[in-house]
Amino acid sequence: MVDTDRPPRWDRTMQQRLARGEAAALGELYDRFASLVRGLAHRVLGDEAAADGVTREVFAHAWQHPDAYDPGQGPLRTWLATLARHLAVERLRATGTAALERGGPGSAEELERTVRRASVAARADHIVQAMPVPLRAALELAYFQRRDYRQTAADLGVTEDEARRRLRLGLQLLATAHESGAPGTPPGYGGAA
Amino acid sequence: MNGAERFEAYEDDLDGLGGLRDLGDLDDLPGHPGGRAGAWPSGQGGPGSLVGLPGRGGGGPAGPPPDPPDPPVPAAPAALEHGVLRSLLGAWALAACPAPEAAAVEEHLRGCGACADEARRLRGAVGLLRPPESLDLDPALRARVLDGCLERRPPRVPVPAWAKPYDAETARLDALLQDFGDAEWHAPVRLPRPHPGGAAARRTTVAGVVARLLAADGTVAVALGLPGPSGPDRAPAAAAPPARAGAYGRTVRFPPTRSVREPWREQAHAVVRTVSSTGDTGDTGGRTPVPYGGLTLSLRDAVLHRAFACWAHAEDIADAVDYPYAAPAPDHLHRMIDLTARLLPGALAARRRAGTAAPGPRRHLVAAGGPGRSLRLEIEGSGGGEWLIALDSPGAMGSADHEVAHAVLDGTEFCRLAAGRLAPEDAAVGRSGDREAIRDVLLAAASLGRM
Repeated sequence: MVDTDRPPRWDRTMQQRLARGEAAALGELYDRFASLVRGLAHRVLGDEAAADGVTREVFAHAWQHPDAYDPGQGPLRTWLATLARHLAVERLRATGTAALERGGPGSAEELERTVRRASVAARADHIVQAMPVPLRAALELAYFQRRDYRQTAADLGVTEDEARRRLRLGLQLLATAHESGAPGTPPGYGGAA
Repeated sequence: MNGAERFEAYEDDLDGLGGLRDLGDLDDLPGHPGGRAGAWPSGQGGPGSLVGLPGRGGGGPAGPPPDPPDPPVPAAPAALEHGVLRSLLGAWALAACPAPEAAAVEEHLRGCGACADEARRLRGAVGLLRPPESLDLDPALRARVLDGCLERRPPRVPVPAWAKPYDAETARLDALLQDFGDAEWHAPVRLPRPHPGGAAARRTTVAGVVARLLAADGTVAVALGLPGPSGPDRAPAAAAPPARAGAYGRTVRFPPTRSVREPWREQAHAVVRTVSSTGDTGDTGGRTPVPYGGLTLSLRDAVLHRAFACWAHAEDIADAVDYPYAAPAPDHLHRMIDLTARLLPGALAARRRAGTAAPGPRRHLVAAGGPGRSLRLEIEGSGGGEWLIALDSPGAMGSADHEVAHAVLDGTEFCRLAAGRLAPEDAAVGRSGDREAIRDVLLAAASLGRM
């Protein structure tokens, strides 16, 4: 992604423009992040209309509460991704709870497991999208293209040492998706939900 | 030997070593594809099993574990040090180690707690890798999301209504380009002939089309005081006027590539940003005259024409890669048709000056601002409407009292005509009244495609 290494200044300026009420800034924000937000929502919910709904909520929140984003806490894309995952997980839980109350199949424990699994999957997606391009490229070759690490090194034009390092580091980053257990309130997500 | 047998072999080994490590919890990671308690030790050896992926084998990423191609090579473990084995853990977890090294790692894991912990963690992470879903973002979602936001909190700095078509069309094209690979970026595109009966259709690529948009949008950007198209990635000929491009055959020494997308997109955003923030956003805003395509247009009309051009070129691109591409939103389409209708009297006059229009006898001299002979242009479909086109002078007013002809066209058809994508003789037109006048207007509309 081109914006992985976008400087924090862009984030800060965007926040200021949103706070000023610049509709053009909202459009740019959408153009930059809509596919990320909607993709994560869809990963959690597996439903087009529900993912569209979450997309609407995420951008509405960013537009109405731009000050809830703290540039010191991390990139804007992380904030939006966290928001998307949080709102999608909430929606998944609410839909599931309503279904249980109507006497649908399954148990509350199963629902909680489903919710947790969906949340970890969405966090993993975001980690993959946000990780440095060299790491992601190595993972893609080794996993999706079924290249071994020596072939991966040759494909990337790096040493075998470096290929091993990238694969290991990439997975270490990805493994953090399991951390922070239950999907809690993301930092900077204030009040509205 | 399948994975289960293989695992049991390890289990025996472990027992032999006094059961040093309990590896059973490796399968219990949350979100782990093989992470069911029953998968081990009863021996399914699923993808999550610590010893289930020895070395390289067949099968897709999500498929069952491959059969181990080779038995562990007894000599290998001794040859590799802890540091090297540790560095192999990522590759091992991904089943991206040649078999002897995989065997060496597995041997090592039985004796090294730190590495076994990490191996478990990394193997769990592999279960989270999934191919990116190719989700097509519904282009209509953008307007729904943005409108919803702006209702909840009205903007202090709105995008002027006359710039919204440009904002929407550039976003739509960008969404189309989003998932293009190299094959799409270099797909051949034929642009319409610059002059009827003249040179053949101009050949370019998808990237070439975007480079043209970058250059042409740049005229508006420059008028707004923006830097205009520039940057190291720009192909040298991208900004050259089309007429020069063919002068020496191919003057484009470095054909445009996908790298043209970012500057084009950034410039379009800058244009929208700038016209919004000049405070010129009311109904009366955007009247500053700017030079545009050999004419002088108001800023608002120039920006609107860029929206029209963006749509026309996006259609060319979509055709080239065989994607569907919808028409603009009805209110945006209406503005584009309205602009074209307002440009027609000037285009008629230009054709008369060039001696290509119907001769003068039927012309009536009209005082500036006075009513003149008019053609009623009726556009059907969403975004349509009726316009009275003054036939004799750009200074005359269209007048129902002086209507001499009536032409009916479909909106999309009319736009394709005005974009130079449809020959006047191929347009389906309902006609009544002065057929010569209708023909002139259709030819004038087609001439706008060269703007």
